[in-house]
Amino acid sequence: MATSTPPRTRQARESVVIRFAGDSGDGMQVTGSRFTVEAALAGNDLTTFPDFPAEIRAPAGTTYGVSAFQIHFGGVDVTTPGDAVDVLVAMNPAALKVDLKDLRLGGTIVVDTGAFTERNLTKAGFPANPIEDGSLAPYQVLTIDITRLTAEAVKALGLSTREAHRCRNMWALGLMLWMYGRDRQVTTDWLRRKFADRPELAQANVAALNAGHAFGETAEMSEHLVGYTVPRAPVEPGRYRAVSGTEAIAWGLIAGMRGAGIQRMIFAGYPITPASLLLHTLANLKSHGVITFQAEDEIAAIGAAIGAAYAGALGVTSSSGPGVALKTEMLGLAIATELPIVLVDAQRAGPSTGMPTKAEQSDLFQAVHGRNADAPLAVLAAATASDCFEVAIEAVRIATKYMTPVILLSDAYLAHAAEPWRLPDPAGLPRFPVHFRTDPAGFHPFQRDPVTLARAWAVPGTPELEHRIGGLEKDYETGHISYDPDNHARMTRTRAAKIAGIANDIPPQRPALGDDHGAVAVVGWGSTYGAIHQAVRDAREDGLDVSHLHLRYLNPFPSNLGDLLKRFDRVLVPEMNNGQLLQLLRAAYLVPAEGLSKVEGKPFKVAEIVQAIESTPR
Amino acid sequence: MTVTTITDAELAPKDYASDQEVRWCAGCGDYAILKAVQKALAELGARRERTVFVSGIGCAARFPYYLSTYGFHTIHGRAPTIATGIKLANPELDVWVITGDGDGLSIGGNHMLHVLRRNVDLQILLFNNEIYGLTKGQYSPTSRRGTRSPSTPQGSIENPVSPCAFALGAGGRFVARAVDTQQAEMVALLRRAHAHRGASFVEVFQNCVVFNDGVFDSFTAKDVAPAAQLHVEHGKPLLFGQNKERGLRLKPGTLALEAVPVGEGRAPLDEILVHDETNRTLAQLLVGLEPPEFPVALGVLYCSPANSYEAEVYAQARAAGLGRDAPDLGTLLARDGTWTVE
Repeated sequence: MATSTPPRTRQARESVVIRFAGDSGDGMQVTGSRFTVEAALAGNDLTTFPDFPAEIRAPAGTTYGVSAFQIHFGGVDVTTPGDAVDVLVAMNPAALKVDLKDLRLGGTIVVDTGAFTERNLTKAGFPANPIEDGSLAPYQVLTIDITRLTAEAVKALGLSTREAHRCRNMWALGLMLWMYGRDRQVTTDWLRRKFADRPELAQANVAALNAGHAFGETAEMSEHLVGYTVPRAPVEPGRYRAVSGTEAIAWGLIAGMRGAGIQRMIFAGYPITPASLLLHTLANLKSHGVITFQAEDEIAAIGAAIGAAYAGALGVTSSSGPGVALKTEMLGLAIATELPIVLVDAQRAGPSTGMPTKAEQSDLFQAVHGRNADAPLAVLAAATASDCFEVAIEAVRIATKYMTPVILLSDAYLAHAAEPWRLPDPAGLPRFPVHFRTDPAGFHPFQRDPVTLARAWAVPGTPELEHRIGGLEKDYETGHISYDPDNHARMTRTRAAKIAGIANDIPPQRPALGDDHGAVAVVGWGSTYGAIHQAVRDAREDGLDVSHLHLRYLNPFPSNLGDLLKRFDRVLVPEMNNGQLLQLLRAAYLVPAEGLSKVEGKPFKVAEIVQAIESTPR
Repeated sequence: MTVTTITDAELAPKDYASDQEVRWCAGCGDYAILKAVQKALAELGARRERTVFVSGIGCAARFPYYLSTYGFHTIHGRAPTIATGIKLANPELDVWVITGDGDGLSIGGNHMLHVLRRNVDLQILLFNNEIYGLTKGQYSPTSRRGTRSPSTPQGSIENPVSPCAFALGAGGRFVARAVDTQQAEMVALLRRAHAHRGASFVEVFQNCVVFNDGVFDSFTAKDVAPAAQLHVEHGKPLLFGQNKERGLRLKPGTLALEAVPVGEGRAPLDEILVHDETNRTLAQLLVGLEPPEFPVALGVLYCSPANSYEAEVYAQARAAGLGRDAPDLGTLLARDGTWTVE
């Protein structure tokens, strides 16, 4: 490709945060995902944050129709999507309106001036054009008529105006790939595959991608259009891929099924944002022994999972907060009948329908306590996209070893967020073969393992083990229905002791960062891992005596957790709810823990946690 | 899991009884149904270890505890969902669902709709007594208008649902009716239901002696039964009455049935409809018949087999590679592109 100017010198950056923002029809999620792949292939560490509206296609040009994808990539250990945006790509005025507040002062804005029409400005609520009225003075603004340049780039291919317009995102991607010196080949190949049926669309998208790239290479527009270099991250050697939390859970469940030596997984779900992705992912993995079932409702989905578990398969269901609420009675049945199922809860902002696409950690109480009667079960939470894999395996292990339902908490952020993942060696994955009961000698269905207190898993099809189970209380000694008061007390205590005993079979809690004693422990769970980790790292670099504890096991807690917390002067609990782990910790250990609550449907910023660490306790 | 194949000696009905004491009210229709099921299982040579009874909540739902097969007493209205999971996990199992009018058509109406629509291979026995028995006598979704109960002291103002009409409307492919006291007919019907691949729906008119005694007397009482019951048989004319002296024919110029006297000087036999159990339209007309103008149609009203749900699920899954050597986990994790850091 001919270049009219000599290559300009690139500036070095340790890490960069880009946010692609546009209308929900502008293809911002695809654009961000493609940039992610190219950055990952270039050896960067990264974290992504897709932020999109609940409306599938909100009216074009409106602020509530803005869809954004943020990526934080760099040559360092990247744990969060980034507090402040370095580069905002705004495909229309509404995107600028919504996302400008997160751009750091002095940051770069790339705007498609072609979309800054009077009509779009009005819809976004701008009284005057912000490009012209000086309100963007604190930033470096690259005004480019991407709409026109895209149209020119694809002109030869004879697309409709609408189709040509839809290539704008690839033009913007091309420019950003140029800006950070990232390759285009993998995306070019991907476009050719994606539009294999419409070669002219493939060509047009590739042409737009190349045109955006060439623009960066050749344009002599302003001192603001600068190329950067971002070094490779110092990561452990190995084979990597990009993974989302949803994919990692799907594969972890399969790995768990294999670890348990079970032939079949029955995954039953009902469509709900943001959990449906797991159903979609597993529906394509039948060759791995998975049968998926889209049930008529949430209750039927968990019912099918329980039926499958009763018949000797791995029963799995998934939902989000409101759907989990519907499954509550069935969880009680699984607890009473002591059948192993896994329920994946991709939490979202609530109560009720709440904000379906926004993350929250507010189902913790529901998971731990949200059932009638004394109904204990095991609760685990995944911290990162790649952690989802291990936690899913662990959920299967605990469910099958203890004959109990297990709730695996993820959230709307983890469901979509992607990060590089070093592939595990399949041969090294945990093995925990289940033993289906076959021996009829002395059998009754509620006979228990003396150590785990788990009852035997005796499945239909096994001769001479015919038995009846159900939601009615059972006699401890015979498994028959019993209304005996002493027996009910004994069974209630046994169910509690079984779950409590899992604490002896999980690793003791260790700090994720810092010492096991000191001035401040920042205790988190779930997807706040990255922000807390970086905040603790920053605070430690500032000389503060602070540690990060991150809980995978929320019921039961690790056996040493109480002692560990008591070795810190302050316990700070940041969580995306109104203080749920905070209350569980206070109740369990009588520690004067302090909460840091964020319930805005968005992840914590590192700075918010640093500030809380550094503030004087109340 | 190892499954030992054992050759069953022939089992008698009593061999399908569990050691648990049956605790229904004296005179409850459920006793007769239990007896008929045990007899049918014996006649079918059912293997106890391969047979599973799944129930919801209600008087009927205690059923599994009284059988020596596998059994799962689940929660209110949800038995079809658990049964579906069992069939998906192991299609070889022979699964029966026991439900009632409240369990199956009120709290569990949605599941009943979908399990029928999907055609999961189950025998679904709905004990219809037109009342909530276990909760002491409230009106149910099948109670007739005017039913007085603790929750409807002035009489119910709701229109009842007809279980068999519901089953047909839901796309059920085997719809049948029986009366609790008619043992021979019920055993034969249960065998038909068992032979049918897909969801078999059987409504059993079951008398609740305590809260709704005699609610079906208008067609089950001895003196009126012959004239008020039409036992349908595939390929046979739709005749009823003590001496089969009445029959059903299409009312000329309409899509309605009429009951007419048959014989010399009356309607000729060739005007009487012949039962075709594969005819859904005819089945829809038959389920709507009610005394006193018409007899109640009993027997297999509709039977038109198709592939069961789980058979198609597994056919699709096998086409997608299930059952071949499962691909290596490493291959799965590495697909869609990887990169190596040295």
